[in-house]
Amino acid sequence: MQLHDVWFVLIAVLWIGYFFLEGFDFGVGVLTKLLARDEPERRVLINTIGPVWDGNEVWLLTAGGATFAAFPAWYATLFSGFYLPLLAILVCLIVRVLSFEYRAKRSDPRWKRNWEHAIFWTSLLPAFLWGVAFANIVHGVKINEAGDYAGNVLDLLNPYALLGGLVTLSLFTFHGTVFVALKTLGDIRSRARVLARTTGLITAALAAAFLIWTQASSGDGWSLAALIVAVLALLAALGLNESGREGWAFICSGVTIVAAVAMLFLALFPDVMPSSLDPAWSLTAANASSSPYTLKVMTWVAGIMTPLVLVYQGWTYWVFSKRIGVQNIPAH
Amino acid sequence: MELALAHETMARWQFGITTVYHFLFVPLTISLAALTACLQTAWVRTDKAKYFKATKFWGKLLLINLALGVATGIVQEFQFGMNWSAYSRFVGDVFGAPLAMEALLAFFFESTFIGLWIFGWERLPKKIHLGCIWMVAIGTVLSAYFILAANSWMQHPVGYTVGANGRAQLTDIGKVLFQETTLVVVFHTLMASFLTGGAFMVGIAAYQLRRQHRLKETDPAKIGAMRASLRLGLVIAVIFGIGTAVSGDSLGKVMFRQQPMKMAAAEALWDTQKPAPFSIFAYGNVSEGRNTVELTIPGLLSFLATSNFHDPVPGINDVQAQERAKYGDKAPSYEPNIPTTFWGFRWMIGFGMTSFAIAAAGLWLTRKRFWLAPEHRRGETEIPLLMLTRTKELNPFLNKWAWRVAILTMGFPLIANSWGWIFTEMGRQPWAVYGLMTTADAVSPTVSLGEQITSLTIFTLLYAVLAVIEIRLMVTYAKAGPTDEEPPSQDPTLRGPSGDADQPLAFAY
Repeated sequence: MQLHDVWFVLIAVLWIGYFFLEGFDFGVGVLTKLLARDEPERRVLINTIGPVWDGNEVWLLTAGGATFAAFPAWYATLFSGFYLPLLAILVCLIVRVLSFEYRAKRSDPRWKRNWEHAIFWTSLLPAFLWGVAFANIVHGVKINEAGDYAGNVLDLLNPYALLGGLVTLSLFTFHGTVFVALKTLGDIRSRARVLARTTGLITAALAAAFLIWTQASSGDGWSLAALIVAVLALLAALGLNESGREGWAFICSGVTIVAAVAMLFLALFPDVMPSSLDPAWSLTAANASSSPYTLKVMTWVAGIMTPLVLVYQGWTYWVFSKRIGVQNIPAH
Repeated sequence: MELALAHETMARWQFGITTVYHFLFVPLTISLAALTACLQTAWVRTDKAKYFKATKFWGKLLLINLALGVATGIVQEFQFGMNWSAYSRFVGDVFGAPLAMEALLAFFFESTFIGLWIFGWERLPKKIHLGCIWMVAIGTVLSAYFILAANSWMQHPVGYTVGANGRAQLTDIGKVLFQETTLVVVFHTLMASFLTGGAFMVGIAAYQLRRQHRLKETDPAKIGAMRASLRLGLVIAVIFGIGTAVSGDSLGKVMFRQQPMKMAAAEALWDTQKPAPFSIFAYGNVSEGRNTVELTIPGLLSFLATSNFHDPVPGINDVQAQERAKYGDKAPSYEPNIPTTFWGFRWMIGFGMTSFAIAAAGLWLTRKRFWLAPEHRRGETEIPLLMLTRTKELNPFLNKWAWRVAILTMGFPLIANSWGWIFTEMGRQPWAVYGLMTTADAVSPTVSLGEQITSLTIFTLLYAVLAVIEIRLMVTYAKAGPTDEEPPSQDPTLRGPSGDADQPLAFAY
């Protein structure tokens, strides 16, 4: 295994970490309209992720930065090629940061309501668009001889990619619903469990179709194994949710995300961005990567820092591990 | 050709707007995080209510500011790939490494511990909670370090070779992280950041003290919080104002050695002069080097460049000829936009040093005991008098203006910071990476003009709206003043606060 293959795995790990963590906080954002009935309930939802969403989002910045460092050509082609969808994601993420931070900064109900709308839309849209983006990466896009994206934005909105978007949206919503059941008390908790059944079944149908399509078009033995794990974990999450074991259900919905994203990366390897025009023009882990020296430096940095990050982020989750309900929400 | 130029122009405008905007929040975040940490340390150590109230007050302003800093920082991580894909492909091997390190070392630190700090009041043990804000402060400084190392490499590329594939390849990460340019730029940026934070504190605290005076505030802890903040801000602005000047001087000398064109452009010095003067003010056509009115200090530019009042400083025309000989026709001209560099340099120094001078004057006027008759001394929890001499207060007219100027001063370093970056980035043109890659060659080749215009328009409008929101929030909180809340009496254990599980959270969104 060469260093650029190690880095392919590390980039996959960063995206998996991002989707596992931000997955449920996107889901919670969507639930502010789907599950919450009034303002106190919306606040319960927002506060289940209050202390942690910011740290979750850094996984994206790290995935972006690490791709830049380890696979400059991948970074360059991906972000210049997916220009408009990425622009939409960035705008959403900017507004989303502020909607959490600024919502409670004034007591004016209209101000709060506007930011709550913002939380919903800026969680829903990126949850959908990341699926579109990844489906396109796996499926291959029009990459020309120079390694640049030669298609337009409409090429990115093909049926396979749109299905991918629906899968991430529903999967993240399901993951968020299970998270809310785990983190809340009272009425909202039991309603979350009921909703988890619906969102879980929708996710199962969409994800099965998408992953089988992926397996058929670009899979191999390894990706098939990941597909099976993803499907089994999703069914397990549904079952555990029914039997009220919320902690385990959350772990299983998390494993679903891990396995599904891992499957996409397995289907992708050894390419990082296949060209649909000519396979010879595909970007691969080998031809898009940085020099061995850079990869070595970055391996040291990532090897030391990633475990440390996991420890202190894990500690944050431990500190805020208590369930909350409407009774815990202060008046102002 | 026309179209290619339009692509470059659009990409540069977007980069300029998003980056200058982002950097309005960065220095304030760096300095306010550390200053809030200092105030909280004072509270934990002394248990004085005024420090608690000051911590809460500045903490709120820090968070409003930090949120926008974080939000606008997201764009920075991705727009290299979006608008500058040719650049990213060429330099990623070198430039990507500090960016990834910034995310792994600094961003995680900042964002995880700020969450703990915001929600950790009355939930974490006091000292651990204090540790969290210090972690945030360290994170902001680390973040500045890595991104400035990346920028310094664009100013003065080191530790690389150009490989067989025609791309830059890293050969020595130590050189990239610790080259002189990086160290000096980090030094200068941090100094200026704390000058910014000091001036910001002075402005807001002065405003609050005037307001407390007018509204006849009686809570000694609230007055004490603002008085302590005013003094802290003044001291910080003076110390770091001097630091900004000293580090700026070192940076000027490094710049003169590494990018002589930028030094010549800073002065609009067309022809080599020995000794070279520095014009405080010029009126006329700087871009042609003929000024109708100017006020110059002989030899000062020579001193800024070389520490010696007599040495020659090469002019734009000579450097242009040298670069043409060295780089051929990589670029049509090696000359940056001279009016921008000339005025940018002056506005940077002028606004920065004005806020330093105001702080120095303020430090004198609000002194506590030194050369001050006992009847004019004011206690820790009283609004200070502005004392010119031992017994003489500023007259009412000057007094009123002194407070007004103190409020105004908080805007000055922000202007200086922006022009500092505009100067140093515009002064490097036509290069994206000095001597290696021109900005024209750095642009994404297949992104359409329509996409660029969409993006530029959306970011500009969004940022304008967010600026209005942010400023209004800042004003609301600055006006509201220190909290009525009293310091918590209990110090929770690591398992969280004791008591009823149904009790409301100390803080919730």
